[in-house]
Amino acid sequence: MKRANEWIVGIAVMAVIMVITWGIFAVGENMRPGVTPFSQDVYVLHNTVMGVVTVIGVLVFTAMFTSIVLHRRSKHRDPAKFTHSTKAEIIWTAIPILILVVMAIPATQVLIDMEETGDAEMNVKVTGYQWLWKYDYLEDDISFFSALARDSNRARQMNSDLAPADVENYLLDVDRRLVLPVDTKIRFLLTADDVIHSWWVPDLGWKRDAIPGMVNEAWTLIEEEGIYRGQCAELCGKDHGFMPIVVEAVSKEDFRAWVASQQAASTASNQSAAP
Amino acid sequence: MTDATLAHHDTHDHHPKGLARWVFTTNHKEIGTLYLVFSLVMFLLGGAMALVIRAELFAPGLQLVHPEFFNQMTTMHALVMIFGAVMPAFVGLANWMVPLMIGAPDMALPRMNNWSFWIMPFAFTLLLSTLFMPSGGPASGWTLYPPLSLQGGNSLAFVILAIHLMGISSIMGSINIIATILNMRAPGMTLLRMPMFVWTWLITAFLLIAVMPVLAGAVTMLLTDRFFGTSFFNAAGGGDPVLYQHIFWFFGHPEVYIMILPAFGIVSEIIPTFSRKKLFGYTSMVYATASIAFLSFIVWAHHMFTVGMPLGAALFFMYATMVIAVPTGVKIFNWVSTMWRGSMTFETPMLFALGFVVLFTIGGLSGVMLAIVPADFQYHDTYFVVAHFHYVLVTGAVFAIMASVYYWLPKWTGHMYNETLGKIHFWWSAFWVNVLFFPQHYLGLAGMPRRIPDYAIQFTEFNVISSIGGFAFGIGQLLFVYIVWQCARGGQKATDGVWEGARGLEWTVPSPAPLHTFDTPPDIDSPDLVAHTGGQQ
Repeated sequence: MKRANEWIVGIAVMAVIMVITWGIFAVGENMRPGVTPFSQDVYVLHNTVMGVVTVIGVLVFTAMFTSIVLHRRSKHRDPAKFTHSTKAEIIWTAIPILILVVMAIPATQVLIDMEETGDAEMNVKVTGYQWLWKYDYLEDDISFFSALARDSNRARQMNSDLAPADVENYLLDVDRRLVLPVDTKIRFLLTADDVIHSWWVPDLGWKRDAIPGMVNEAWTLIEEEGIYRGQCAELCGKDHGFMPIVVEAVSKEDFRAWVASQQAASTASNQSAAP
Repeated sequence: MTDATLAHHDTHDHHPKGLARWVFTTNHKEIGTLYLVFSLVMFLLGGAMALVIRAELFAPGLQLVHPEFFNQMTTMHALVMIFGAVMPAFVGLANWMVPLMIGAPDMALPRMNNWSFWIMPFAFTLLLSTLFMPSGGPASGWTLYPPLSLQGGNSLAFVILAIHLMGISSIMGSINIIATILNMRAPGMTLLRMPMFVWTWLITAFLLIAVMPVLAGAVTMLLTDRFFGTSFFNAAGGGDPVLYQHIFWFFGHPEVYIMILPAFGIVSEIIPTFSRKKLFGYTSMVYATASIAFLSFIVWAHHMFTVGMPLGAALFFMYATMVIAVPTGVKIFNWVSTMWRGSMTFETPMLFALGFVVLFTIGGLSGVMLAIVPADFQYHDTYFVVAHFHYVLVTGAVFAIMASVYYWLPKWTGHMYNETLGKIHFWWSAFWVNVLFFPQHYLGLAGMPRRIPDYAIQFTEFNVISSIGGFAFGIGQLLFVYIVWQCARGGQKATDGVWEGARGLEWTVPSPAPLHTFDTPPDIDSPDLVAHTGGQQ
């Protein structure tokens, strides 16, 4: 009778907890799948692990709240006397280990994949400065700085006459975008000039620290054309919140055309600058 | 209650009155009270700083504070809460309760005990004074990563000196606790019969002694890099900025457990009391605590997966971190099993303890997610991390501290607190703390970095909700201050046992506990005491 009661209440409690959990997922935002093979792997991994821990949470809370409902003094005057159970303790040590192993396998595979920076078709050097980014296209000899766009910068000042809500892509817009070709394995070499920064575009699936005096590597392969926005992710001083990153992914042809136009512009400005 | 616990040595009671009483005291109960009051003051101060942060983040754009000051607030909030609120609260609880729980007359080293407390106000005066210096307080986050931390003004020297003082205080406190526990237990109380709170503090004290010198080393290198021309962390001079992060987190990760293991101990005292049932799996709880402490030394790099480390290292730290979930899980399962088929009542300490179990579990589960390196490349340094560690620190450590205050307050003051107000305080806090921190998970997943004073428009809604939760939660803590104050001033007289299901030596002494207890060691196996303690574990 007692056990039957525990099962019935347990199922009811679990139903309530599942509804609450569903609500928590329904109102919230989740990670974006992104546009690279790696970001999609991370997205799947994230959802898998989140699913596993959610199930564990639901089970633990079900047991706990079933006990809270049934084993209160008003309903259950005489506490049981048991103080340990070797069998139960072995089970709840062993099962979590198994679950962890199951989660660790795909995590390891994705990580190994991420570390494979060889065979890159182009290299971009990213340098963090307080508080802007510099991009060098190593093969094409293009180099420029990329800083917070002018209207965002105006709106973010205290007592500004421009409201943040009136600025398109407030704080996530730059004066010059990092233009990259799609379907190309691109290797990034990340470093910094002054303090540690961290280069993060969520749609690419990773962030990597840009550290002065060191060069970090990471790679990406963007599968969809589009504009992807990110921010510096490592506290780097007062304007840490104001050094966004904007990647514009274009077709290979458009990228070549863009490279040509940049090189022509740079030659022209060099000639005009010459005496 | 035995004659032994009532017998006062009158000669001990000649102590100064007024302020001098507190300045010169060597009594573990008075020093415990000092620690707890200090911790409460720091909690309110650190909370006020958090509200500055939440107020600025209430809307996009900069309205209230400049980014420089915002960064000082995030940095100071963390330092004050960690070193000023949570750690001293646990040390205060250890001071008050460890001697009472093991049947010792006082701490083993009472004069050092006085010192380890009185260093703290000076350390925090130094730390907080930097906010009023021309260069401002530290603004590089509590982790003080170079090179950024080296860019600040001369106030860094004050911060580092303050950290040294806090470290000295913690180490002295830990030596005292270890010496007390290992040498002064009542006859018959073997290690495996000690209450869980004593066990968790014994292990915590070893962690503190192991890692506070590491922090001292790290910040001393910062000091010499900043003021004496060394290049420990300067790549241009042959140093390595990442080295600092390794050293810092070798301290920092055990530090996380320093702030949660005593909380585990508290919850392991409270749940059995109000379930009227012995702690399930006492021995496995002890081993789980020890395993967590050991693992805490080999997982530090999971705080810095994005610095770019070799694949083998990343895998090692991922696996080691995931393993921590096993002993932590054992603890949670044991608490639930303790409740199972008990006979529970839900007084305020029990409510906070149950709130702890639920919300700490949420923080633990998001911790498992953070251990997954490829996913951490997305989570790292976002609000997801902020949500995670506030679940384990606020609804973990702080809720446990509040549970313990309600639990032992009648023993300290001799009065019952106002139960209705206590319950209101719990439900208010438990509701708003989730409004405060849960949306931060969403913000992190949506791509909001931490430590930014202003944000893109799409993050507005959840920041508004979080700020409302922050203010409501913060205001609710004033109720806590009122309840404690009211209880200290008077109220219904508490019995010696206080709680029907309470077991342990601390409940055999009168309420309020007289200044001197256990002048003669209790015989914990005497039938008279077993009736009160239920026999130790």
